[in-house]
Amino acid sequence: MARDDKITVLNPMGYPPKVTHKPLAPRLETLDGRTVYLVDCRFDDADVFLKQVQAWFAEHMPSVRTILKPISNVYTKDDPVTWSEIKANGDAAIIGVGH
Amino acid sequence: MTIDHTYGVPTVAFHTHTFERVVRSVVEVSGMPHMRQVFVPMPVMGKTPQQLRAYIDGNDPITGRPVMQEVIEGLTKPFGAEELKEVTFERSTPRLVEPDTEETLHRLFHDNLWTDQLPIILPTEERVAAMLAHTSHKPDEVVGHMRATVFREYWEYTVEKVAVNAVMAGARPEYFPVILALAATGASARGSTSSSAAAMVVVNGPVRHELSMNAGIGAMGPHNHANATIGRAYGLLSQNLQGGAVPGLTYMGSQGNNYAYNNVTFAENEERSPWAPFHVQHGFKPTDSAVSVFTGCRSTAFTLGLREKHWREHIRHMLRGMDPHNPPTLVLDPLTAQEFIDRGGFTSKEPLIDWLYDNARMAASEYWDYQLIQNYIYPRATFGEEPWASKLKALPEELIPMFRREDIHVVVVGGETNPYWRIMGCNYQKTISVDAWR
Repeated sequence: MARDDKITVLNPMGYPPKVTHKPLAPRLETLDGRTVYLVDCRFDDADVFLKQVQAWFAEHMPSVRTILKPISNVYTKDDPVTWSEIKANGDAAIIGVGH
Repeated sequence: MTIDHTYGVPTVAFHTHTFERVVRSVVEVSGMPHMRQVFVPMPVMGKTPQQLRAYIDGNDPITGRPVMQEVIEGLTKPFGAEELKEVTFERSTPRLVEPDTEETLHRLFHDNLWTDQLPIILPTEERVAAMLAHTSHKPDEVVGHMRATVFREYWEYTVEKVAVNAVMAGARPEYFPVILALAATGASARGSTSSSAAAMVVVNGPVRHELSMNAGIGAMGPHNHANATIGRAYGLLSQNLQGGAVPGLTYMGSQGNNYAYNNVTFAENEERSPWAPFHVQHGFKPTDSAVSVFTGCRSTAFTLGLREKHWREHIRHMLRGMDPHNPPTLVLDPLTAQEFIDRGGFTSKEPLIDWLYDNARMAASEYWDYQLIQNYIYPRATFGEEPWASKLKALPEELIPMFRREDIHVVVVGGETNPYWRIMGCNYQKTISVDAWR
């Protein structure tokens, strides 16, 4: 085979799944008087970080009620119990800190 | 992300800036490209409350905008028309690469990050066909699904796709059933953990001799074609069939891991081991051929032999030096295995594992303070999962087991030039039949 001959080879990549649109929740008009859950994903000192977020709200937006809530289990597992509680009792969520 | 799209709760997620590309990529392939994200500097771990408050009072290192302003906007600013557009779409991978010269194709494979940075064999149709001739399975049969992390999507792959990667690794066609079995585990050898893990592969049964694999002198090193290329193929197929192992995007190992070049692939020295082969311990017959996969390989401890007076203390110290989230697999030269019988009376692997379980202990307060235990075990303990829930009841000074018994393993490999041995910190995943992929 000559140096400039073209050859055919196969693509080594696997097959990715279809991307399916997942609509996000409508945003709130305001946070005043609302309950915001600060969700601790229990990873790398996230709780220490979220306590500071809570302190920021108390200082700058005291009308916002914040609840610090650790997830029920390890962050790699879905947590329907916690999500249901927040849906029932809260208006918004701030999750931290992922990697 | 679930809480926002499934439960309808407006949500903002905090991440560290090092993971921006990863986060953007994950939300995009999850169908939520406009998920509201805010970034703070890396690291969060180990910082004081005052330092973390400075993060919150400061600017997002990605956008340069005030962190809390982005948080408030993320929860209150309506989505624009562009953000509300439907983002459903199919993705695929072409079977062939556009024909070109060998030199250009080598560059293309390198530039596309389809290699492990070492030269590869180009997967021509002829070479792939030769590989496929060594299995009874059809080229379009789905072998499995793999992903880089639990937050990424599973990619699918066929027998032919595995063959392409096997060719690239330089594997001989007769190795293909072992490589297919590795692919069928679904366990990635290129997991995207910031802890930089690699895999370890142990081959058992007659296939070891059929392929002239090495279980003796130098078995874990670059001294045998089958050991070398089967392990390399496992790495290449993992990165390509799961959708990549691109640093900063689909691979986040902070330091990287040299074991990943061929994933510590060897045959167990069944003939010189005084104990049952590893695959027999896991339900196979001695005449079966099987391959076992371990992941999370990062650390090793080693020593020479078992000294008469203090062998117990030496081993306790080796075990004590490991991270308790990374359980021990003893990798013993046959001479060392015999020493374990002579010194400790361990006539099979099981009593040795019992001894290791009983002797790998640390104070409860110290155990629970390990960062990986805090991240991955403490939440499970508080959720009531055993044995960790019981460990949580221990007094701070109480010596508690570092590992679960079922996570401790023993394999025998080596050429008996000296009773050197090591402990690999790793997680046993599964043992798969090679015969099923012939």
